[in-house]
Amino acid sequence: MNNQANWRCKVLMRFGLAIVIVLALSEAHATSQESWIDEIAPLWKWMPLLLKGFLVDVGISIAAMLIGTAFGAIIGVGQTLFKGIIRIFCLGLTQFFRNAPWLVLLFFCILLIPHQITVFDWVIPFPPWMKGIIGLALPVMGNVSEVVRGGLISIPSAQWEAADALALNKWQTLRIVILPQALKRMLPPWMNVYAVLIMATPLVSIVGVEDSVTVARSVLSAEGNTALLMPVYGLLLILFYAYCAPIARLARFLEVRYAVK
Amino acid sequence: METVSELFRTLNTTYGFDLSIFYDSYDADLFTRGMYFTALLSAASVFGSLFLGVIGAYLQFNGGVVARKFVSAYIQVFRNTPPLIQLYFFFFSLGPSLTSATGMSEPILSNVAWAIVSLTLYAGAFNIEVFRSGVEAVPAATIEAADSLGLSKRQTFLQIILPLAFRISLPGLNNNLVNLIKTTTNAYAIAVPELLYGASQVWSDKLNALEMMIVLLIVYTAVIGLFTWMMGCIERNLAVPGWGRA
Repeated sequence: MNNQANWRCKVLMRFGLAIVIVLALSEAHATSQESWIDEIAPLWKWMPLLLKGFLVDVGISIAAMLIGTAFGAIIGVGQTLFKGIIRIFCLGLTQFFRNAPWLVLLFFCILLIPHQITVFDWVIPFPPWMKGIIGLALPVMGNVSEVVRGGLISIPSAQWEAADALALNKWQTLRIVILPQALKRMLPPWMNVYAVLIMATPLVSIVGVEDSVTVARSVLSAEGNTALLMPVYGLLLILFYAYCAPIARLARFLEVRYAVK
Repeated sequence: METVSELFRTLNTTYGFDLSIFYDSYDADLFTRGMYFTALLSAASVFGSLFLGVIGAYLQFNGGVVARKFVSAYIQVFRNTPPLIQLYFFFFSLGPSLTSATGMSEPILSNVAWAIVSLTLYAGAFNIEVFRSGVEAVPAATIEAADSLGLSKRQTFLQIILPLAFRISLPGLNNNLVNLIKTTTNAYAIAVPELLYGASQVWSDKLNALEMMIVLLIVYTAVIGLFTWMMGCIERNLAVPGWGRA
């Protein structure tokens, strides 16, 4: 209990320090006679908008994670438990999407997916944010596929043989014996993939999705005040840190907890 | 050379597959300049981040309490914030501030230099972690043996621990550096004329986004494939005998 309170105190102190550093840097930048309070006062008015932009980032990352995980799981199983052409196809797909730069894949989706697709009478529109989600889901798919592979091969082959001796077929073995053990080991690296994804999410601003960075730019051009540059980008860094650091911490905690002894 | 460009020109006129970088000298220049800057960004930030990683690992091993706290705070901040926003923060906020603080009329660092600084700091944080786990993997008996030979802590680190730790942490390092090379595309955002930027200039002029995208993906796959192969060779050559699976 005491430990937890101690940790909370430390986190608060860290954020306090971050805010003080950003303010100090912007104070150093403020060349006019006004104090820094007057300098950053306009920021308050934009705060809800910036937070909304940040929520767009979070939403996009969660959607991309869900889609990427669904497909990545299928490919991951394909490249581990199958043989022949399926295995080679899944392996190639995984390696390709793991090694291609995120921004290039994003550009690929933004430029090459049409505005809308017409299937018979349905018109399915593809607004930029949806293309952004697809563009981020592709590399996530490759990374999740590797996580699944790692989790599956970490289970000793004796488990497969024992299940075989119990006359379970391949799918029963996977469902009853392997997955319950493997899922636990996949969880920490899966969370690390999410941490990598949320770091990459602001890239969608480059390809024209309106997220926190776009909002920050609009705020800066609306105010036209160079003294705000530091606080606005600093605020974005603090927001992302506040969101990512606990996730990374939890992943590390689970990694230690589920480690093979 | 003439026949090659003629071939690609026919490919465009007959099949509409426009690989203009192979027959248009202006586009070819844009693309080769892109390759040059991507290579520059990658090489500079790979070496910079390795250097930073070694210094950080040394400070965590032998620095005082303050240095250790500082290094771990640095790792926390740079690992848990998006590299794109770090880049914007450096280029748009810190750059102008530093310039006005020093009272110069010209910006201190160009956009290329800021991209290198930002990428180096970003990847350095990850490299420190990898080196630290390598340092921790060096057997305590080895360090004690160095101690009993009368080596100072700095000597122990430089002559005993670092060579071993470097070899142990090569696989993790490989992963980080591949990531770093992929992240150099972020420099597009501050108009560094690297590969992606050059390609985008070509496709906004010639409207051949699909073709350029395919070329880009092939080039990046090749570069990263080459890099992983090279690292694999180094890894095999430097593997510690009897360590792990080797």
